[in-house]
Amino acid sequence: MSSSAITVQPTRSVFAASRSALGALVKRDLLVLRKHAGEFAARTIMQPLLLVFVFLYVFPSIGQGIGGGSGHAGESDFATVLVPGVVAITIMFQGIQSVAIQLSQEFGYTREIEDRVQAPCPLWLVAVARVLSGATQGLISAVLVFPIAAVVHAPGVEAHLSVHWWVVVTLIPLACLAMTSLGLVLGTTFEPRNIGLMFGFVVLPLVFLGGTYYQWTKLSAIQVGGFPWLQTLVLVNPLIYIAEGMRAGLTDASHMHLYVVYPVLIGFCVLFLSLGLRNFRRRVLS
Amino acid sequence: MAAVGERDGEVIRTAGLSKVYPKADVPAVDGLDLAVHQGELFGLLGPNGAGKTTTVGMLTTRVVPTAGTAWIGGIDVVARPTLVKQVIAVVSQQNTLDRSLTVRENLYFHGLLFGVPPRQARRTADALLERFHLAKWADASVFALSGGMAQRLMVARAIYHRPAVLFLDEPTAGLDPQSRLALWEILGELIADGQTILLTTHNMEEADQLCDRVAILDHGRVLALDTPAALKQGVGADTVVTVQAAGDPAALAELLGREIAGVTQSRLTGAGVELQVKGGGANRLLPRVLSAAEAGGFEVADLSVAEASLETVFISLTGKELRD
Repeated sequence: MSSSAITVQPTRSVFAASRSALGALVKRDLLVLRKHAGEFAARTIMQPLLLVFVFLYVFPSIGQGIGGGSGHAGESDFATVLVPGVVAITIMFQGIQSVAIQLSQEFGYTREIEDRVQAPCPLWLVAVARVLSGATQGLISAVLVFPIAAVVHAPGVEAHLSVHWWVVVTLIPLACLAMTSLGLVLGTTFEPRNIGLMFGFVVLPLVFLGGTYYQWTKLSAIQVGGFPWLQTLVLVNPLIYIAEGMRAGLTDASHMHLYVVYPVLIGFCVLFLSLGLRNFRRRVLS
Repeated sequence: MAAVGERDGEVIRTAGLSKVYPKADVPAVDGLDLAVHQGELFGLLGPNGAGKTTTVGMLTTRVVPTAGTAWIGGIDVVARPTLVKQVIAVVSQQNTLDRSLTVRENLYFHGLLFGVPPRQARRTADALLERFHLAKWADASVFALSGGMAQRLMVARAIYHRPAVLFLDEPTAGLDPQSRLALWEILGELIADGQTILLTTHNMEEADQLCDRVAILDHGRVLALDTPAALKQGVGADTVVTVQAAGDPAALAELLGREIAGVTQSRLTGAGVELQVKGGGANRLLPRVLSAAEAGGFEVADLSVAEASLETVFISLTGKELRD
């Protein structure tokens, strides 16, 4: 047993206790990640791999390549659009997977959260720890997926990639934080039995209207009475800023201005984090 | 940090502690005043819905009181929950073990969570596994543990950081008799080490056997608070006689109350009558009850006698059984 006697008085300051608790929470999540590394990699890679395989290999090979009207050049243009989009949805799915689904289960089913919230740190830090380790997983998955998305394609079809490093190293972490914060909101909102609902009504619309398969700048062509309604509507979707940001970071294709992308993503981060922390507190305390 | 009550070794103190849940018209806990001393095993005894879990929830920072104050070691639980969490530990009704970790890792990470350096955290984890007879399962997944073993691991994890108070919410609910005895033994050892424990239970035998003092709770209020022996003495009766006979139970109760000396209270229990008797240990109580009933024209089908228990205390306080 430890040699220290039982004391009624706390021996450490709140700050010191919180710092070590945060470290332990993140360390625990990363250990679990390492234990399930294979599963994590398979889960992360599967969807992007299928996407690029079907769109960039199968379609061009059977003559129904997107953009194929102008031959391999058009198909390559589509690949250039798709690769950054694939990285963007990978980051988003990681946020959902590592935070939303986990938290929803811990609240609703395993009750593991009951013990974690007794950690000697403020409640919000327990949630922030989960967001941070989720964001780390997002980073790893982005790094895993990019080479696959860049390499898998039919002969003659090639994404024109040119990496703008300063955008990549700043935007990917920001995107990961925004998406794990979104995961925090979803995980504290949806019960485990409603996860299907969450996918149907939140995740799918975000993905299909999130600029994964097309450039936001091109949406101006869809108009009603001269008003680009779809281009305006999708602005509420955080994924559009990530997809456009990735386009700016990984290609020379046209994209939304970065001075819009960064502040809006930071705004989403703050919004999701404050909503998520408020929900978390409400779920824990009664 | 005003050390409220610390001079007389009080670890927990509450003053007028109350909780009314939103949309509830009756309070779950209603003006609770408690003082639990260092090294004491204190029991909250009451039926489901008496407010035991809510009380533990308020003392462990999870339920925000609607009125009143609670202090742990002189620290205000509501105002400084983060500080309080350093010195308390909770074993809840559900299994809250980390399913993604092994048995040993559950302890190890708890140590890290409470700021123990890694090397020492590993040593303490191994020592606890030995002490709680879990060493054989150290590298197993927590899914491999039986209910009793999981409970032991949760207690081991809870005392890992040497808490000033250990809270146990219905610790033996759902355990088989053998695991229950094993847990009682462990709690006995912890108390011998000077651990302060507050436990809730609706099992009067458990409260009687384990607790130094018991607060009997019903509808969020303390009905009585004392040592189990004093509570039982306070009822005035030392023996409980149950009689089942054909005929009108009310008439039987009335008859026996008149004929048998020392009856302090009688109660109808469906098919029969339950009498609380003072001085019933001697004086051939059963033959007297039997002949009085038969003389009154009742055919006695069953007759039993038991010592007064905390159940007796609860019945005499509320008129109803604990197990209802």
